[in-house]
Amino acid sequence: MDATNTLIPAAPPLRASRVRPSRRVADKLLVGASTAATLVGIVVLGSILAMLIIEGVKGFSPLLFTEPTPGPGSDGGGIANAILGSLVMTVLGILVATPIGVMAGTYLAEYGRHSKLADLIRFLNDILLSAPSILIGLFVYTLMVRPMGSYSGWAGAVALAIIATPVIVRTTEDMLRLVPATLREAGAALGAPPSKVITAITWRGASAGIVTGIILALARIAGETAPLLFTALNNNSWFSSNLMGGVPNLPVMIYQFALSPYANWQQLAWAGALLITVTILALSIVARFVIKPQRAR
Amino acid sequence: MGALTEQISLTRTASPARRKPGGLGDGLFRAASYASALLVLLVLFGILASIAYGGWPAFAEFGPGFITSSAWNIGQEQYGALVAIVGTLASAVLALLIGVPLSLGIAIYLTQLCPGWARKPVSMTIELLASVPSIIYGMWGLFIFAPLFARFVQMPVSNLVEGMPVVGTLFYARVPSGVGILTAGIILAIMIVPFVASITRDMLDQIPTVLRESAYGIGCTTWEVVRHVLVPQASVSIIGAIMLGLGRALGETMAVTFVIGNANRLSASVFDPGSTIASRIANEFNEADGLQLNSLMALGCILFVITFVVLIIARLLVRRVKVA
Repeated sequence: MDATNTLIPAAPPLRASRVRPSRRVADKLLVGASTAATLVGIVVLGSILAMLIIEGVKGFSPLLFTEPTPGPGSDGGGIANAILGSLVMTVLGILVATPIGVMAGTYLAEYGRHSKLADLIRFLNDILLSAPSILIGLFVYTLMVRPMGSYSGWAGAVALAIIATPVIVRTTEDMLRLVPATLREAGAALGAPPSKVITAITWRGASAGIVTGIILALARIAGETAPLLFTALNNNSWFSSNLMGGVPNLPVMIYQFALSPYANWQQLAWAGALLITVTILALSIVARFVIKPQRAR
Repeated sequence: MGALTEQISLTRTASPARRKPGGLGDGLFRAASYASALLVLLVLFGILASIAYGGWPAFAEFGPGFITSSAWNIGQEQYGALVAIVGTLASAVLALLIGVPLSLGIAIYLTQLCPGWARKPVSMTIELLASVPSIIYGMWGLFIFAPLFARFVQMPVSNLVEGMPVVGTLFYARVPSGVGILTAGIILAIMIVPFVASITRDMLDQIPTVLRESAYGIGCTTWEVVRHVLVPQASVSIIGAIMLGLGRALGETMAVTFVIGNANRLSASVFDPGSTIASRIANEFNEADGLQLNSLMALGCILFVITFVVLIIARLLVRRVKVA
């Protein structure tokens, strides 16, 4: 890899007399096109961040974190209720998804392995991983919002949990598989039952990777909008402690406010967008650093 | 020997203290992990069942005509899926046409051309594009990209092609507002790039270095190595990665809702506004009830079938893909 890389630019056999011009042109085109493609990716990310910082910072003030979202046409206000609502639902979602995801991942890696059922679940889990989140919203709407007769934070949390679970299942399984079989055998030889071997040896060995999966799941659900649209919706006041009725949350607030005609609403949407993007990017970067020692081992 | 085994079986049956290690707790743990795994299965079937149940009245009312009708009239309760299906497929295909070359270019750059020190930061930048929430792409598309696109692409191109056959219809913007099917396709292309590029990069990395070095050794240029050695080796996985990107593009909701224009009409121009299944559901669901709600659910059902077929094909081609 490195050898070829250093060789190519330095290899002068590509002299004009030796290489047909069409070949040289094709080569130059490839180099130019793929460098340009990479630049496009970098420029887009840069421009998204620049947009968020320029527009979002204007609206930053301490009021953002203390005031609830304003009603239509009224001045000022903050996004404190939306931040809190998002936090509550995201945390609830992760609290539901983590045990289910870790246990299901454990089943796939430790108990089921290559049984037909495990293969089927693994396959469907991978599909659920990229399933359109709006369909999960429709599912939870039918399952919870309709029977309960009202939008609720509970439904929002369940929708987020359904999106987070496949991520956790997948990373847990992958990480458990990295734990050497000899460790499990050593545990079993000491007379430890399978559950003890799993909890005390394999889980411990894979803990950094499992935590990474949970952080990635957190990053994934923190910005999800479509499923919350039909489950938690949004409103402009503080939500009740039983989470019934519309629960304000950042993504739906951003969606509604960004497309609204009120200047202060739009400003709040930008501030919220900056806040949520920075949080999610930070989570993704943290996840990368948690996983590092695991891979090096 | 015989006596020994007899002895062992005797002690086994005789002493109740010698049972399987772990006992009840162990069984519970196993049962819990089994149940969790089954839950994953149940959720997937639950999604299908609930959407099919919700959409059934619409299918029953309109029959197969639901799929071929382009009506969407709330006042007269006439609903058809054609415009949304066409919009979904068109924007996703445009996303692939733009996104796949971009992704392949990035993967080739990262594996073949990038200097060693820049590889990690560049990879990470591209992967971070995958973490940006879709609603942020929507805002970027609507507020930053669309105005530039209207001014520097839609207007000049429309003026250029006006009156020409075929291209004159395909690339003519009646109202150059920047939003439309092509804008949605471009935003979707950017959104699928990190997924397709990172899978392709991993696949290219897995190709034995010897193959590449021997190709360079007989005097191939980078283009020839890529075209005749790397791409054929990784083609199945690359197609799988593309299908995975297609699956994402078909079901993407918020970004598309911002930039597609949300119009219910069939248009031959890629600059005209349209709708996708997901954007229509996102737009109308909260105000819908009765037959309209059923029709939206039926749209969801169609989306389910389309994306799941695509995703199943993708998963069969790419056995396992990284999560992030």
